[in-house]
Amino acid sequence: MSLSRRDLILTLGATAAGGMVLGFGLAGTAGAAPSAVGDYVTVAPDGSVTILARNPDMGQGAKTLLPMLIAEELDVDWAQVTVAFAPADPKRFVSQYAGGSLSVPDNWEAMRQVGAVARAALVGAAAARWKVDPATLSTAHGRVRHAPSGRSLAYGELAAEAAGRPLPDARAVKLKDPKDYAILGRPHPGVDTPAILAGQPIFGIDMVLPGMKYAVYVKSPVYGAKLKSADLVAARAQPGVEQVFVVDGIAPPAGEQIGLAPGIAPGIAIVGRNWWQVNAARQALNPVWDDAFGAEHDSDDYDRRAADLLKGPGETQKTKGDVDAALASAHRRVEAVYEAPFLAHLTLEPQNCTASPTATGVEIWAPTQFPNDGRETVAKTLGLPLDAITVHMRRCGGGFGRRIMNDFMVEAAVIAHRAKVPVKLLWTRTDDIGHDYYRPGTYHRLTAGLDSAGRVTAYDVHAVTFSRDGKVIDGGGVGLDAAPGHLAETSRLRRSLIPAIASTGWLRAPESNALSFIHEGFWDELAVAAGQDPIAFRLAHLRARMATPVAPSTEEGEPPFDIRRMIPVLELVRDRSGWGTRKLPPGVGLGVGIYFSHRGYFAEVAQVRVAPSGDWKVEKVWVVGDVGSIILNPTTAHAQVEGAVTDGIGQMMTAIRFEKGRAAQANLNELKLMRMSAAPEVDVHFHITDNTPTGLGEPALPPVIPAVANAVFAACGARIRTLPMTAEAITAARTDRVKTA
Amino acid sequence: MFKLTINLAVHAVDVPEDMPLLWVLRDEIGLKGTKFGCGVAQCGACTVLMDGQPIRSCITPVSAVGAAKITTVEGLTASPAGRAVRAAWEQVDVAQCGYCQAGQMLAASALITATPHPTDADIDQAMDGNFCRCATYKRIRAAIKTAAGISPADHRGDVA
Repeated sequence: MSLSRRDLILTLGATAAGGMVLGFGLAGTAGAAPSAVGDYVTVAPDGSVTILARNPDMGQGAKTLLPMLIAEELDVDWAQVTVAFAPADPKRFVSQYAGGSLSVPDNWEAMRQVGAVARAALVGAAAARWKVDPATLSTAHGRVRHAPSGRSLAYGELAAEAAGRPLPDARAVKLKDPKDYAILGRPHPGVDTPAILAGQPIFGIDMVLPGMKYAVYVKSPVYGAKLKSADLVAARAQPGVEQVFVVDGIAPPAGEQIGLAPGIAPGIAIVGRNWWQVNAARQALNPVWDDAFGAEHDSDDYDRRAADLLKGPGETQKTKGDVDAALASAHRRVEAVYEAPFLAHLTLEPQNCTASPTATGVEIWAPTQFPNDGRETVAKTLGLPLDAITVHMRRCGGGFGRRIMNDFMVEAAVIAHRAKVPVKLLWTRTDDIGHDYYRPGTYHRLTAGLDSAGRVTAYDVHAVTFSRDGKVIDGGGVGLDAAPGHLAETSRLRRSLIPAIASTGWLRAPESNALSFIHEGFWDELAVAAGQDPIAFRLAHLRARMATPVAPSTEEGEPPFDIRRMIPVLELVRDRSGWGTRKLPPGVGLGVGIYFSHRGYFAEVAQVRVAPSGDWKVEKVWVVGDVGSIILNPTTAHAQVEGAVTDGIGQMMTAIRFEKGRAAQANLNELKLMRMSAAPEVDVHFHITDNTPTGLGEPALPPVIPAVANAVFAACGARIRTLPMTAEAITAARTDRVKTA
Repeated sequence: MFKLTINLAVHAVDVPEDMPLLWVLRDEIGLKGTKFGCGVAQCGACTVLMDGQPIRSCITPVSAVGAAKITTVEGLTASPAGRAVRAAWEQVDVAQCGYCQAGQMLAASALITATPHPTDADIDQAMDGNFCRCATYKRIRAAIKTAAGISPADHRGDVA
């Protein structure tokens, strides 16, 4: 939820120590107005400033950036600022989450306003003390100055007086001109970085409580299976084990999944004195699950059913113009089938959560992306009032969308509530892979018509995705994505569904991370069919639509794709990468991908080397992105892009396959991972525009996938339409002379 | 009862002999800097140094440690290489989520102790066992070179 300036209710008050505190809540939401003065921004008498970080941090930097927005307008030195996580409390901190690359767009206005109001309160106090017009005062480095008299006071000296004054009118405060920024636009390492590098216990998994026990929770590897039997007695006899009990499952509402909706998978909790021992005790359990319904859910079956479905018509979702007529009259038709597999999130910190029973409910410490949702889900699952559940945010060892789901939080809460002791639940890596909310796979048949000038006159897409209870599964949405749908003169999206049983969800740049590969790979084929350079072909199609540069939104309320922002980004990456101007050695090729997602415009060129063996290595990726008027924290912004690009290449290397409804891969030795030797050089450039700043957790990821696949084609003639991209597939498809090597 | 020398301090622990060093460090001694990632020596999050050599503590039974000196991230800066690595990690601003970085820094300090001027191939070989899910590899490489005095490059992107 975007916080607009008029939504905020701010409160001003004093601390017991003689400082000033500013709190806020959201107007117009029941119960949102703070009942007491909040403690969002505190100015202490010694001038130190404490700012609470509203949103979770999993490495994307929100814990640092949101306080930076406040500190900039407050006009303090960053060194004066201490940042701590806020509790999960929507009454005081409104919606708190990390996802969708939304921390920047949703907080850009409101957080600056919070800082400006705090500053205005301090300026007002100085004006009253000196009996001067506030307009004659200036601030910098945590001091108020009166230039005509040369007087100045530190904020700490004004805090007590400011606290007793009326709240400045939030609508009247003036925000800084960006040219005067002292904090924003300059690199600020993460506020947690010193603790990370010192190995301090700040992650979810590091939580310790007095008297805390350790727990594992044994579930069926087939999502939705019920427990038939287990040897609880044998497990109880294992060393270190104190409690073993069965938790009856609570099914979520139809069409919904545990983790977002109330519910818990059935399972067996083992609780004891240390985690290694309770985990070892699983070996004695021998659980038997009623999981026969998983038998028909094999990835091989899905592949066959998708191939059959793609022979049929599918269900038409969207059309623009007469695609059939355009295809019939096309100078040339191009057709291809693309496939992307299921993927796991693999946060390096396995899912975990610490929970402690209280007199009325449960207190929770969780590495979560959605703390407010988790709190509600726990309350509903336990049948307790919301106020009985307290959630504290812990740093997340990676998120990537996995920790949007709070299944682990519910499990920890249920186990602690039942065991009546504080418990740290920790999953093994096998639990984590086997109970992921997978990025769903998808299969697309694409048919395009070109006219004699190489223009795309028809773009016909039949997408196979997965369903649960008749609804498209979470993370499985397919669209006639704004770019290709808009760029072709006529277009159509048809859809077919395969019922799935696995839990699914959102993986970094969800949907876009598969659709980019499919559509941008296919557009590369169209450029080849048209006999045109792939970048020139894309630019020609973008420019041809300049009369209607703004494509329809893919989703209601989402900002639309604006061609005018993509063209310069693509031109810049062409020039920065030396596209078309460099002689490349045999086996090396350049490929391009462009994509608009999460409000960001990115164009990327990959340079890939394909060995005679078919093994491939991305040597370098050039990235140009437009995320608006300012790069708020350049070190983190560059890091997010470097990481997203490298992560995106990692997504091309691996897959989750199902056998009898369960993930066939059990640990990291069964998954090919992006590692140091495969990581490319990444050149990042931000194209600064007049647009409102937007987020960077995701939008740099989608274009790299087609860019790499298209570079493989350029390098050796192998058109890769199925991920993961294997050496065997490249060897089978390559057309250069080393084919038989 | 095992007597372990960890970061130059001796700790006596009463644990089963097959308990992996990782869990002894984390849950018995309370040194949480060493992380659990996979339990099968595939991710390197649990990397510690045993007499200066990187090992995976998740598959190292406590009984195999003997009199060896264990260095964890909490003791990284006791060595010159560890101090250089820690400083470089700050300067280059390597960490994203940060979960793997203890293991990365320990592996890197072992690398530059053994190979003071590592090549890119040396870095690939020494660091391939340490998975970074955030994919901070570009900065890890830059930080190793910075720690080794090869490249003073600032990779924080000030010029945006």
